Amino acid sequence: MTPILAAERLGRILPGEVPVTLVEDVSLEVGRGEFVAIMGPSGSGKSSLLYLLGLLDRPTSGRVLLDGRDTSGYGEDELAATRLRQLGFVFQFHFLLAEFTSLDNVLLPMRRLGAPGEDAARRRAEDLLDQLGLREHARKYPHQLSGGQRQRVAIARALANDPPIILADEPTGNLDSVSSATVRQILHDLSRETGKTVIAVTHDLTFAGAADRKISIVDGRIDPHWQA
Amino acid sequence: MPLQLAIAVTHLVSRKRQTLVSLTGIVLGVAFFLAVSSLMRGSERDFIKRLVDNSPHITVSDEYRHPRLQPANELWPEGAVELRRVKPLTEVRGIRGHAEKLAFIETLPGLRAAPVLVGSVVLTFAGRIEGVTLNGIIPAKMKGVSTIDEKLVEGSLDALAANPNGIVIGAGLAKKFGLTMGSVVNAASPGGEVRTLKVVGIFRTGNAGYDENQTFALLKRVQGLLDRPDRVNRFVLQLDDPYAAREVAATIEQRVGYKSVSWLEATEDLMNVLLVRNLIMYSVVSAILVVASFGIYNTISTIVMEKTRDIAILKSMGFHARDVRRIFLAEGVILGLIGSVLGVALGIGLMALLGRVELKPPGATDLVRLPIYWGWEQYLLGATFALISAVGAAYLPARKAGRVHPVEILRGMG
Repeated sequence: MTPILAAERLGRILPGEVPVTLVEDVSLEVGRGEFVAIMGPSGSGKSSLLYLLGLLDRPTSGRVLLDGRDTSGYGEDELAATRLRQLGFVFQFHFLLAEFTSLDNVLLPMRRLGAPGEDAARRRAEDLLDQLGLREHARKYPHQLSGGQRQRVAIARALANDPPIILADEPTGNLDSVSSATVRQILHDLSRETGKTVIAVTHDLTFAGAADRKISIVDGRIDPHWQA
Repeated sequence: MPLQLAIAVTHLVSRKRQTLVSLTGIVLGVAFFLAVSSLMRGSERDFIKRLVDNSPHITVSDEYRHPRLQPANELWPEGAVELRRVKPLTEVRGIRGHAEKLAFIETLPGLRAAPVLVGSVVLTFAGRIEGVTLNGIIPAKMKGVSTIDEKLVEGSLDALAANPNGIVIGAGLAKKFGLTMGSVVNAASPGGEVRTLKVVGIFRTGNAGYDENQTFALLKRVQGLLDRPDRVNRFVLQLDDPYAAREVAATIEQRVGYKSVSWLEATEDLMNVLLVRNLIMYSVVSAILVVASFGIYNTISTIVMEKTRDIAILKSMGFHARDVRRIFLAEGVILGLIGSVLGVALGIGLMALLGRVELKPPGATDLVRLPIYWGWEQYLLGATFALISAVGAAYLPARKAGRVHPVEILRGMG
């Protein structure tokens, strides 16, 4: 079966007077419904790898295959369209729009896509918030929510357009242990129960322990021997 | 509401004070634009109205625009032989065949014409002697082409028709000579003819030169006095649309042959001055709007800087650069539109206020209202300019927002 996401000899060098190598010669394959944790020391390039896998950044060498399709020839518009439909992002900081309610934040990607219609989108957003235990917080603004609740709204937003892949960058990095456990459980359930592919960058060993597979990155390269 | 617009609105609402300040800039800009423009255009129209009302729209006189060539010159333009001391053909002054020509002019739509014989005479009264211009007119026709009838302070033009020996004079002349209604003066022509005329009307136009030098009498009487029977040397025309004068004058000159001068041509220098004045006025008031647009630029730039994270997340979510640009351009459009609407409202208020101001210019006897021009094109001009400067001011920050690279922002946060 074709892997949903594959990297072939991926490299990313930040140009400058002294070029900085962020990612070097990374090849990996992630299967459908897999829950993968990317680990490594600070500044090892794991986030940079995630941005490359999430088509937020372009590699300087190698390529990313999404569902078997080479994305290296994509223009900006195509990349944006692919992110909109196929990829959902969750960041360390929730990045919710402060002037929008939880519901409106979750509605954003659906409104951008223009599908489904407004009523159906609203129902879906309410369902998503409901599933994540945020039913009574749908009309609240981000500043009225706790850190864990905001992160769950962000997850609901990442799920809005029902993308097959969820990319998370330190999703529990800013949360207390209870909220971390909740978020971890949600991402775990997403891969187990709804068949979403979850790729998460993390420092959190407990979090990594819940994953199907761990990939360690050191100095931009995959290092199977690294131990946190 | 489209998504980009909804985001734009929330940005503006979340920064109420700054939004209000930049909005005020546009509102005041548009309002001042309107106030100044209405005043300048109003005074211009007032000026032109006086100009147009007090002088004929077109004057056809017994002259040619280009001196006529000698027949010999026309026949042999490059002839080697020169005939010296050839004088132009002595013409009897006056418009030849004036009755037919006037009939033709009167067939043109939207105008009224009156034949006039203008000449110089010397008025004598109680030992005083003064050379004046005497206009021989047909009162009924003259009323259609001139406002002189409205300027009469005593008597009427019709009295000329009733009394063939009547004369209508200006208030300045009346004062100089000590003439009153019913006074009798002697008028002498250069040819030596003398008539005794009775003052049957006195007018006051406010133009001192006109009030002292112009006099009116019956056409037949003037023809007799100047010994030019059945002649006129001028057609005076009044048009329904004064601004058509240039074209109508050209048509008439082509058909009739005599020099036809429109008021626009006669006052071309003044019109140029007005044009320059308008240019200066509009560049100054537009500058107000340009300055106001800096407020908008400032506001939207600040929003872009503050919302970099939001922009990054929107782009990571799959928003295109142009979606992001549209958000901030929409903010400019919103500020421009609301600013224009409120500015036009405030401007109309200012114009109404200015319109009620009464002044007494030095030397004038009556109170004068400030002339306000209410033309709709000013609102359109002001609003359009405000909108253009608002969108222009929004463009740079919007472009910057569109270029935000999500990864750079995310890296900075991580």
